[in-house]
Amino acid sequence: MPTLLSKKYALIAIILVAILIPLLSTNEYYLHILTLSFIWIIAVYGLNLLAGFTGYLSLAHAGFFGIGAYALGLLTVKGGMSFWPAFFLAPVITTVIGFFIGLVALRTKEHFFAIYTLCVGYIIYLVIDKWEGLTGGVRGLIGIPGPTNIGPIELTSANARYYFVLTVLLLVVFLIYRIVNSLVGRSFIAIRNDEQLAQSIGISTLKNKLMSFVLSTFFAGLAGALYASFIRFIGPDISNINITFDLLIFMIVGGIGTLSGPVIGTLLIVVLSQQLQFLQDHRMLIFGPLLTSIIIFSPRGLAGMYLTWYYKRKAKKKAQIQTDNASIGGDS
Amino acid sequence: MLELKNVYVKYGQFTAIQNVNIQVDAGEIVVLLGANGAGKSTTFRAISGLSKPVSGEIQLEDQAIGGKSPDQIVKTGIVQCAEDRKLFTQMTVQENLMMGAYVHRKKKNEMKKRFQEVYDMFPILYEKRKDTAGSLSGGQQQMLAIGRALMSKPKIMLLDEPSIGLAPMIVEQMFETIKQINREGTTILLAEQNANAALSIASKGYVFENGKIVVEGTSEELFSNEEVRRAYIGA
Repeated sequence: MPTLLSKKYALIAIILVAILIPLLSTNEYYLHILTLSFIWIIAVYGLNLLAGFTGYLSLAHAGFFGIGAYALGLLTVKGGMSFWPAFFLAPVITTVIGFFIGLVALRTKEHFFAIYTLCVGYIIYLVIDKWEGLTGGVRGLIGIPGPTNIGPIELTSANARYYFVLTVLLLVVFLIYRIVNSLVGRSFIAIRNDEQLAQSIGISTLKNKLMSFVLSTFFAGLAGALYASFIRFIGPDISNINITFDLLIFMIVGGIGTLSGPVIGTLLIVVLSQQLQFLQDHRMLIFGPLLTSIIIFSPRGLAGMYLTWYYKRKAKKKAQIQTDNASIGGDS
Repeated sequence: MLELKNVYVKYGQFTAIQNVNIQVDAGEIVVLLGANGAGKSTTFRAISGLSKPVSGEIQLEDQAIGGKSPDQIVKTGIVQCAEDRKLFTQMTVQENLMMGAYVHRKKKNEMKKRFQEVYDMFPILYEKRKDTAGSLSGGQQQMLAIGRALMSKPKIMLLDEPSIGLAPMIVEQMFETIKQINREGTTILLAEQNANAALSIASKGYVFENGKIVVEGTSEELFSNEEVRRAYIGA
């Protein structure tokens, strides 16, 4: 299985590079941006599980990201809880809220689902923005603690926090990989492929869709909690619709419904927008056409483009071997 | 075994089937004949829970299944093999079969046994188990659709036009396969336009016209019925 092996090596190489970056570069700003990208990637993985693998495009994702962030912020700043319990509780709270919203939202389909969740996302934003007594409104929450030490491991330096987020990201990727390749994940794909057919052969679609929705909010909440502990200050803006659309662009450019898409798309767009800072809002002149052409020419993004090329090459090789065999058979 | 009593299904204002009475006994092959849009597929949708009847009763082994959801109905032992060889085209052959065994997902041994049985019946599916379902030929796709339905170990299988769009030789094979599945203990309800072939393997049949059953009887009776011969057999 040479392809599987080379895939494994490629993966190890990428992880090694990620581990080595802080040791090779002393630019703290880039390290900060990279850590932040990893947090976005986790959120995009959540979105991708629901939109990419199950076929339900949720536009409330930033809302759940905000809930995760505010859960951590409020538990620590106002509740006086120490970091770790709050960090584990924040995604759980997001998941519970996600469960009840999913129960209602999943009664709709396709664009109605998108519109419904768009409204849900906006309502979450409004609640965070206007409920000053709880969330501090536009003033936001200040003084959120970062991760406290785990035994002898200190998590205060920029490098340490980079490694902390990287570890969580690797765990998330592993989890997503296991989910997608399990029977549950296959059922998600079956629902995306043809929901009525899935139902007619015995897959309980509501249960599976709800599971996908809840899992997706879990990853959004986790990313939100990481964000709050990393930036240490949060405002209502993090649950804004704009963030949902940022995540959506990361996912679509990278490759919707692929395992590597969220990493590729997020890193590419974040790096691009860093490099194009000098253009300010005119950057959209580049992102707009980029996004449009990807949707037209490669609906499954950059990762999908690679996969198409890879399978085409494999099919060609297979056909080549067959004709070779045929000609050998003819000679003898 | 399966009984429909006075079943009505409406799509909005439009009455798709009315007053449908069907009786299928265990071990039988029963055929529903009729032109496109006569109500055969709607009858299937009503049985498998995809469309809710507005009135009437559907019973499996004297248990009412009328109000159940499609996945619950599969659990009771009725599985539908839909028209047009509907497959999960983005998934491999093996994954499609795995999805068919979803109701048995917690029984590893049972699943293995089902895979073995289906691969024994359709060796070509084993050969192509890693190919995507979309890459199969028409006949193979139909085999996969039937194989997937078999994975749930149904008591009764609903087959909606299995011969549609297949080459005559493949159609013959298909009907042989259906007979074989029936011999191995699965009751079959078949919707067909190919009346000749269908009646030759069925024990009885119902003829649909405009959402109503207009003629019913044993295969011999339908074969010798002038009207049926003229309309569906072409002799």
